[in-house]
Amino acid sequence: MTGTTRRLIMGPFNRVEGDLEVALDIADGLVAEARVTAPLYRGFEQILLARPVSDALVIAPRICGICSVSQSVAAARAMARLAPVDAPANGRLAADLILACENAADHLTHFTVFFAPDFARACYASRPWYDAARRRFAAHEGEASRALLSARARFLHVMGLLAGKWPHSLALQPGGVTKGIDPSEKVRLLSILAEFRESLEEGLFADRLEAVAALDSLDRLNAWAEAQAPDRGDFRLFLHIARDLGLERLGRGPGTLMSSGSFGLFGPGVWTPHGGVQPLDPSSIREDLVHAWMEGETRSPFDGQTRPDADKPGAYSWCKAPRLGGHAVEVGALARQVVDGHPLARALVADHGGGSVMARVVARLLELARLIPAMEEWVRAIRPGEPFCDAMPEEPLDGQALGLVEAARGTLGHWLTARQGRIGGYQIVAPTTWNFSPRDGDGIPGPLEQALVGTPAAPGDTTPVAVQHVVRSFDPCMVCTVH
Amino acid sequence: MATSGKAFTVLWLQAGSCGGCTMSALAAEDVGLVKTLGRFGIRLLWHPSLSEESGAEALAILDAVAEGHQELDCLCVEGAVLDGPNGTGRFQILSGTGLPMRDWITRLAPRARHVMAVGSCAAFGGMPMAGDNPTDARGLQFDAWESGGALGKDFRSASGLPVINVSGCAPHPGWMVETLAALTLGDFGPERLDSLGRPRAIADHLAHHGCGRNEFYEFKASAARPSDRGCLMENLGCRATQAPGDCNIRRWNGYGSCTDAGYACVNCTSPGFESPSGPFQETAKLAGIPVGLPVDMPKAWFVALAALSKSATPQRVRTNSHADHVLVPPARRAPKLP
Repeated sequence: MTGTTRRLIMGPFNRVEGDLEVALDIADGLVAEARVTAPLYRGFEQILLARPVSDALVIAPRICGICSVSQSVAAARAMARLAPVDAPANGRLAADLILACENAADHLTHFTVFFAPDFARACYASRPWYDAARRRFAAHEGEASRALLSARARFLHVMGLLAGKWPHSLALQPGGVTKGIDPSEKVRLLSILAEFRESLEEGLFADRLEAVAALDSLDRLNAWAEAQAPDRGDFRLFLHIARDLGLERLGRGPGTLMSSGSFGLFGPGVWTPHGGVQPLDPSSIREDLVHAWMEGETRSPFDGQTRPDADKPGAYSWCKAPRLGGHAVEVGALARQVVDGHPLARALVADHGGGSVMARVVARLLELARLIPAMEEWVRAIRPGEPFCDAMPEEPLDGQALGLVEAARGTLGHWLTARQGRIGGYQIVAPTTWNFSPRDGDGIPGPLEQALVGTPAAPGDTTPVAVQHVVRSFDPCMVCTVH
Repeated sequence: MATSGKAFTVLWLQAGSCGGCTMSALAAEDVGLVKTLGRFGIRLLWHPSLSEESGAEALAILDAVAEGHQELDCLCVEGAVLDGPNGTGRFQILSGTGLPMRDWITRLAPRARHVMAVGSCAAFGGMPMAGDNPTDARGLQFDAWESGGALGKDFRSASGLPVINVSGCAPHPGWMVETLAALTLGDFGPERLDSLGRPRAIADHLAHHGCGRNEFYEFKASAARPSDRGCLMENLGCRATQAPGDCNIRRWNGYGSCTDAGYACVNCTSPGFESPSGPFQETAKLAGIPVGLPVDMPKAWFVALAALSKSATPQRVRTNSHADHVLVPPARRAPKLP
């Protein structure tokens, strides 16, 4: 069938966090154009206005139930900059552990619950790996989902100990954390991490975390995949599937990758295929509203406003279009690992000049393998008896400050304007605001809109599986996107 | 996974939500949501985060329920129902359908044997109602304290019950799972709900019950700043003495609770928690007395007891209340013989 053109609207697009609709123009069995719609608006930037600044620590996390801690950290960092206040060493370690726990749990949830179940779809029944994929990855019933959800629940005991609960904790404050750790809790933290390491090393990787983190080239990765039977570990099974389906050629992103750096472990910067890594300059960030159901001009988030207009002509999403120096950029674990210079991550983007379904998923699991050993070190560095939190100054906060953090899905920024202790402006640009933005005033599509072009969609297929792989490879969080 | 008989079917929708209730539920019982529910014969017809079916496949399930071809034991709604802008419901269109989520909910709810509001947004409106309520958010059967909501105050599901409000932001996974499991047992009557539709098994407790800071509370030895071990009620905004919930009787994520972790209970199980009169993390006071007193406690008694207990505070308790770790351990004395 050639020469046919059709319009396909995909929704409700599930196994993503929040609400998503994708409209595709399909020509000759390939996506020619994509429009990504965020169909839910809740008004957090309006709700925050005029509240006491410290209320952001209660309100902002509730933007998102899966990136709740990341929202806390961004708010706390913006306030800490204004104060200014600096957390003591214990406070930084505990906050890093809480954030890393969320990031790691999210990576695991994404792979197991959101992304991999698509390989268990009946459309793949003829593939040699199908039986293994069905057994391991099937939604609800797959062995991986059952084993890893249990491991995830027990890993989240880190949150119980350090943050009281997850999601929606108030433990993260500008001056540190509200909970001191005593020697017995330090031991319990190490036990929780040891148990989580075991479950990852048994089920997900079938190898030591350090061995996975040390894979430094595509050849090494391929050799590692070949070294054992394809179903020895879910990561290996994925690599076999990815090779069979050519996932390294699917879902090419815009090429520019951005990271604000994280934990002092992953460096910040902006990577382009030909320019390498350049410094990240947040002052060059603008939000373009041309195709968003929002009134207003393109502005820096410090001057940004949020005035919804559901009837605006030409608009098709509640999502604004953030641009860095005019460019659509991709954020997430792949961006973090590429910017940081991990050789495998760099190799994954070198061949194709940017992100792909395979690169995004491998980078996420690679990051998971790097995070857990770091968390073990941070726990050991905690010194019970020394302070965990510094008090904020008594004077009301005044001025403007940016709080940046790397959420699991990428760079999250809170642009805070405080006037005499009250919130005068609060603009949030979340990871998926970057990745799933609509077109801007120059007609440049957002990263996902670019990545979907060329994706196969067979005639008559209302849920083309390749489109689902591309969309989910970004690990979208739509509730953060629009907030 | 039903052990016997017919599965108890659940359809889960996310309205104006952050997804946090689902994320909390996923950690249920430490074995995960699906397995926990399976033990009670509960089958998820469709869940936006967990099910394989997407797009047209998912809509077919929703349509089958709406048209009565598929029996539904419980409709779970997570998130507030958004009525705006201007009553159109367009702040949330169920993707792929062009219809407001609000309209899907009102279409599906009458088909369900039970309707459960998951979390405070679905129950009362919750955080999206804060400020000027820019999206005209409502609960399923309440607008904050006022009965009504998207389904109306007279709504009863096929079981004859009003909407069951498993409030909390986010609710404890046990609250969601145990309420669903209780429904499968078939003896869940209206007497099991409080006046705001909350399961009394949870709401008959206060978050204060079992608080690990109880000794500091007794002596009004109060924390002055974040990370202090003292009681959080007098200065740091804690509303646990007023907040329904067994938060400190059970554990969150294995080990924790809000007050254990050193921060205020914000009374997230109650309507209107999102709009306190002052800052969340400061205790509102009149003439030095907290405005929010412990539930059922006359003010004069509170004032008198607080003064007495402050005057009787042991030095150990006072010192430790202003530290982030125990500075003074309890005295070691051999028990007196009679």
